[in-house]
Amino acid sequence: MTRTGPWVSAAIVAAAVLLSGLLIAVTGGSPAAALRALVQGSLGDATAVSQTLLYAAPLLLVAAGTCCSARSGAFNIGQEGQVLVGALAGAAAGLRLAVPGPVLPLVVLAAAALAAGTWAWLSALMHRFRGVDIAVSTLLMTFLAQQAVAFAVTTPWLLQESRLGAAAALPQSNKLPPGALLGSLGDHPGLQLNLGLGVALVVTLLVAVALGRTRWGFRLTMAGLNPAAARHAGIPVTAVGGIALAVSGALAGMAGAVLLSSPLGTNRLQPDISINIGWDGLLVALIARNRPLLTIPVAGLFAVLRAGGSFLAATGVPPYLVDVVKALLTLAFVAPAVLRRQPVVA
Amino acid sequence: MSGLAADLATILSSGIRLTAPLAFAACGEYLAERAGTLNVSVEAMMLGAAFGSIAVAGLTGSATAGLLAGVLLGALVGLVHGALSHRWHVNTFVVGLVLNALVLGLTSYLVTVGELGRHQVAQVSVPVLRDLPVLGAPLFVERWPVYLLLALVPLTWWLVERSRWGLELRAAGENPEAADMTGIRVNLRRRQALLWCGALAGLGGAYLAVGEVGSFNQNMTAGRGYLVMAAVIFGGWRLGRTLAGCAVFGLADALRLALPALGYTVNSQLLVSAPYLLALLAMLLFTTRERRPGALGQPFRRTS
Repeated sequence: MTRTGPWVSAAIVAAAVLLSGLLIAVTGGSPAAALRALVQGSLGDATAVSQTLLYAAPLLLVAAGTCCSARSGAFNIGQEGQVLVGALAGAAAGLRLAVPGPVLPLVVLAAAALAAGTWAWLSALMHRFRGVDIAVSTLLMTFLAQQAVAFAVTTPWLLQESRLGAAAALPQSNKLPPGALLGSLGDHPGLQLNLGLGVALVVTLLVAVALGRTRWGFRLTMAGLNPAAARHAGIPVTAVGGIALAVSGALAGMAGAVLLSSPLGTNRLQPDISINIGWDGLLVALIARNRPLLTIPVAGLFAVLRAGGSFLAATGVPPYLVDVVKALLTLAFVAPAVLRRQPVVA
Repeated sequence: MSGLAADLATILSSGIRLTAPLAFAACGEYLAERAGTLNVSVEAMMLGAAFGSIAVAGLTGSATAGLLAGVLLGALVGLVHGALSHRWHVNTFVVGLVLNALVLGLTSYLVTVGELGRHQVAQVSVPVLRDLPVLGAPLFVERWPVYLLLALVPLTWWLVERSRWGLELRAAGENPEAADMTGIRVNLRRRQALLWCGALAGLGGAYLAVGEVGSFNQNMTAGRGYLVMAAVIFGGWRLGRTLAGCAVFGLADALRLALPALGYTVNSQLLVSAPYLLALLAMLLFTTRERRPGALGQPFRRTS
């Protein structure tokens, strides 16, 4: 971002918006109405803003974690699966563990982080011992995570919903008890935030400090930029990368627990609980070029698109438009950096 | 007995139909990876082609024109991928992921905008042979693009293993610096490989749409592109084994659909995850490093 002035960024966003508007116009919609719906649905009133912030929290967690792994040179693309594993472990902890009240949400969060961190670390192990490509293994393991969640919520002795006279309905778990969920920040009318956003912001700041100001962050970045030189300097490159990958997985797992607690969902484990937050969080980190503090505004932008996207349908524009916009934005931000020969992913 | 034979024929037949799109795309992915590109955008190539083939078939009224359009669209994705990653040096995973996201978004958007309708290419049934017991119907009654595999598989193999172009491709994938030294244009070869990959993956996606299904549904490839990547790894970067991997994945898919209907109870999550588990296991067990192209996934930039 160093040489990309704000003007370049603004021009890029404008180009993506123009292209999207063109797409709407060509397909017979009204770009102005769509833009109005996007803004109204994401920033229009307290409810809209709280929706946006609720989406921003898990996005931010995934993106902050991605900064760690990408900077270490481990290209994690399995965040979507790691979010799911986190949600799975979090739900299991929340439903099955008898822990006294106020500690339980923390246990849920920790279980999610631990499980997803271990899950991601498996890829690091496969890389370490068998030379398996990290990008490929994290990707393949996403599909396993999806099936693991589906298995858990359709298996009675695991997490399948227990109910009397059950007619087969949606595969899902029982509702988590309120005591297991991250607390709500007051009960203002229309505004329903929970502690998830606070957790996400604190974690992002911690990641920024850790990467920018600590020995660990320096070793990690060096291992990513030039593994040979780092190894020469005595840095255990493989181990450092493995831990960065585990941290990335753990933060994605925390995003899964946050989704579980979020008023966005049903407070149950469901196969689609991750709502593509893992994929989007990866795009957020790409746009922010793996700088943790930059992920905050970018995650905000993606959250605006998500919250506003659900209001597009009323204008006759298919909500999938926001997926196009997100991809165009990513492409637009990633390509020019490289044109000037800056490393995008270390 | 005849019941069992009929069941087998059903499973085999749906297995072949589910394998064919993977096999087309796997030929392309195999070639692209031998040239050194770990191509994640197969999914985009297949999905874009599936959409384009149905859309163009609707516009022209010809399913064959749709098939051709699918091939061209796949190649277009390959062209964009090649330009971004091997001309402008954007990280190839990033390009692949973003292209996947872009095509998924675009096709999901466009499919809700207009009516696409049903379009399907003709079925060919080979006389006499189709009457063979068990194997007859599965092998010799197919939508005609399937039979293109008979030409494209040997052609791909010959291109990679026997042609001069293939020698240069493999050199670009194995040791780009050395290849460059001998005057091979590494990044040009890689872009060409991605074009071939796009055309073949496009054929696979178009076959899925205008061949088997006859219509387009949102995200109809549903991760098949990732399975193709897994097949190449599973096959240890050899074409024959890669295609065998595709057949395993296709049969697993066919079993998942057929077993409940035939009254067997097998855990469906296990069957869905089987291909991915197998691919991971294959990567873990076999020393893939021997056959893995030396510079797979690594960009090449001349340092002069």
